[in-house]
Amino acid sequence: MSTSEAKRIWPDAKGRFGAFGGRFVAETLMPLVLELEGAWDEAQRDPQFTAQMDEYLRDYVGRPSAIYFAERLSEHFGGAKIWLKRDELNHTGSHKINNCLGQVLLAKRMGKTRIIAETGAGQHGVATATVAARFGLPCVVFMGATDIERQKPNVFRMKMLGAEVVPVTSGTGTLKDAMNDALRDWVTNVDETFYVIGTVAGPHPYPHMVREFQSVIGREARAQILEREGRLPDACVACIGGGSNAMGLFHAFVPDENVRLIGVEAAGKGIKTGQHAASLAGGEPGVLHGNRTYLLQDDDGQIIDAHSISAGLDYPGIGPEHAYLHDIGRAEYVSATDEEALEMFQLCTKLEGIIPALEPAHALARVGDLARELGPQGLIVMNMCGRGDKDVFAIANHLGVKI
Amino acid sequence: MTVTGAARLEARFAALAAQDRAAFVAYVMGGDPGLGKSAQLLDGLPGAGTDIIELGMPFSDPMADGGAIQAAALRSLNAGVRTNDVLKMAAKFRRTDTQTPMIVMGYYNPVHHMGCEAFAKACHASGIDGAIIVDLPPEEDAPLRDAFEEYGLALIRLATPTTDDQRLPTVVANTRGFVYYVSVAGVTGAAVPDADPVQKAVARIRAASGLPVAVGFGVRTPQKAAQIALSADAVVVGSAIVDAMARNGIKEALDLTRSLSDAVHTARQQA
Repeated sequence: MSTSEAKRIWPDAKGRFGAFGGRFVAETLMPLVLELEGAWDEAQRDPQFTAQMDEYLRDYVGRPSAIYFAERLSEHFGGAKIWLKRDELNHTGSHKINNCLGQVLLAKRMGKTRIIAETGAGQHGVATATVAARFGLPCVVFMGATDIERQKPNVFRMKMLGAEVVPVTSGTGTLKDAMNDALRDWVTNVDETFYVIGTVAGPHPYPHMVREFQSVIGREARAQILEREGRLPDACVACIGGGSNAMGLFHAFVPDENVRLIGVEAAGKGIKTGQHAASLAGGEPGVLHGNRTYLLQDDDGQIIDAHSISAGLDYPGIGPEHAYLHDIGRAEYVSATDEEALEMFQLCTKLEGIIPALEPAHALARVGDLARELGPQGLIVMNMCGRGDKDVFAIANHLGVKI
Repeated sequence: MTVTGAARLEARFAALAAQDRAAFVAYVMGGDPGLGKSAQLLDGLPGAGTDIIELGMPFSDPMADGGAIQAAALRSLNAGVRTNDVLKMAAKFRRTDTQTPMIVMGYYNPVHHMGCEAFAKACHASGIDGAIIVDLPPEEDAPLRDAFEEYGLALIRLATPTTDDQRLPTVVANTRGFVYYVSVAGVTGAAVPDADPVQKAVARIRAASGLPVAVGFGVRTPQKAAQIALSADAVVVGSAIVDAMARNGIKEALDLTRSLSDAVHTARQQA
């Protein structure tokens, strides 16, 4: 990778990150996507919008989130110092609210009166329902029937927050199917509806917009680690479904070429079994949900269902900027299995008194390897992007415990 | 001499315009519920008054389609049908029918996977005259457009109720054959369009493009088809035929096609 390549500003005017991204939507949605792009361009340049964001991030979300030296995990792995960026401490329990807040404020600015969203683990659904409640907007969340079953606490939370949760039974009833149905809703209710996409995917400007809203994670982490350790970390690590928490952490570090950026995809039952959600490790470039990116697909271009124990990672694609960072070699992408995530979930809970969501538990599995690889002089920042309260039923079920 | 590709569409529209008749376009899902029955249905369409055939290519994630066509795509995929099988079925049809224009409709990923050039070549070889790729807007369709031009195929664009005057020129530029007007904002087979706004939209698109305008999405009954046929150059029915096929089989689907095409063909005489 050349220096200039890593430092170029993406996306370009067509919403491309190198050969990835773009705007692949039905014509009915094109004018809406263009309208959104215009509104987003304007909002970004408006100091009032930024000030409004900062105020809510501070007072409502609880930012900046802490950075925490995970001493016992570091000791356990026996290598580098591991710092956790505590985005699980945000209001609603994950990084998702950073983005929801931004998009809902933008929706208000655009005069939209109805919010829709898709959700996998339910964290994005909860965060969207929360912000919609705060601003008095009706909210409809599309959620796969399979995911509704495995994330019951979040379904109940969304309903309490006043959102309508629509079960999606098409396909495998997971995140991609929820996204299909959200797009079907948007194409039908074009005038009043704002679609809050939860990850760095979808048609331009979503991957850019979501990255910008999430990049607060990396900006804070970079300043915090400099303050605490007096130097940049050797590596930043985050789990990846669509990739919003990873992009949020990575973005501020992309120009720091000595900082390794490591994304951890969900290997499910193992990449070789075919039952996984690792789009970069096991997919190839294609077009779905508005963007060109790596996708799990068969030899006819039909999308293959992803598998992961974590509903938040159970998606057959990945944000286009990750596809780009992968292809130019600026970021490394590895994976962790269901079993590894379950083991890390328990380890982190016992050693640090932090119950991680199953999603960042995937990242932790590779943090362990990396800590040993880097040795005691090493320094790692991992995004603890969500807390595991939502997963306790699934974990109990896995451990054969009735609660 | 038999014309092919975009020219076959143009010839059919010219012939119908000379008779002051709108065209009836039937959409069927390729390979639904399996290749055998799907081929039988396809073969029966011209005899049931279909002027132009729109052949669906199944996709696992049909974001712009409503329940009927989603289900049809899944039946087709579950029967093991893939894009190449649909093109082969089209080629077989073309051996006995050189007159009826036939376009394919589908989503971009299978095309992208095959490669635009290979897809255009395969369409040409299979007697396909054009394509509608739902999730490929003008801003992104240059690779396919170039490949289609090379083979004389029509890349047909969609105009919708959200396509305003500012955007319309972008949509109709480089379109060949006809423009497909999506009459309601929504998925296929959902809401029913009102005739009045449709008439205005058709006039606007015809003026901007100089091309025939086909109207689809939400037209299910002969009455509605006839109403639309008064102003549109073509009326497309998909979900209703796909539904009839799923519920009652080929004969019912062709009976419905016949009643729809009759209504479209006689609409202007009876008005």
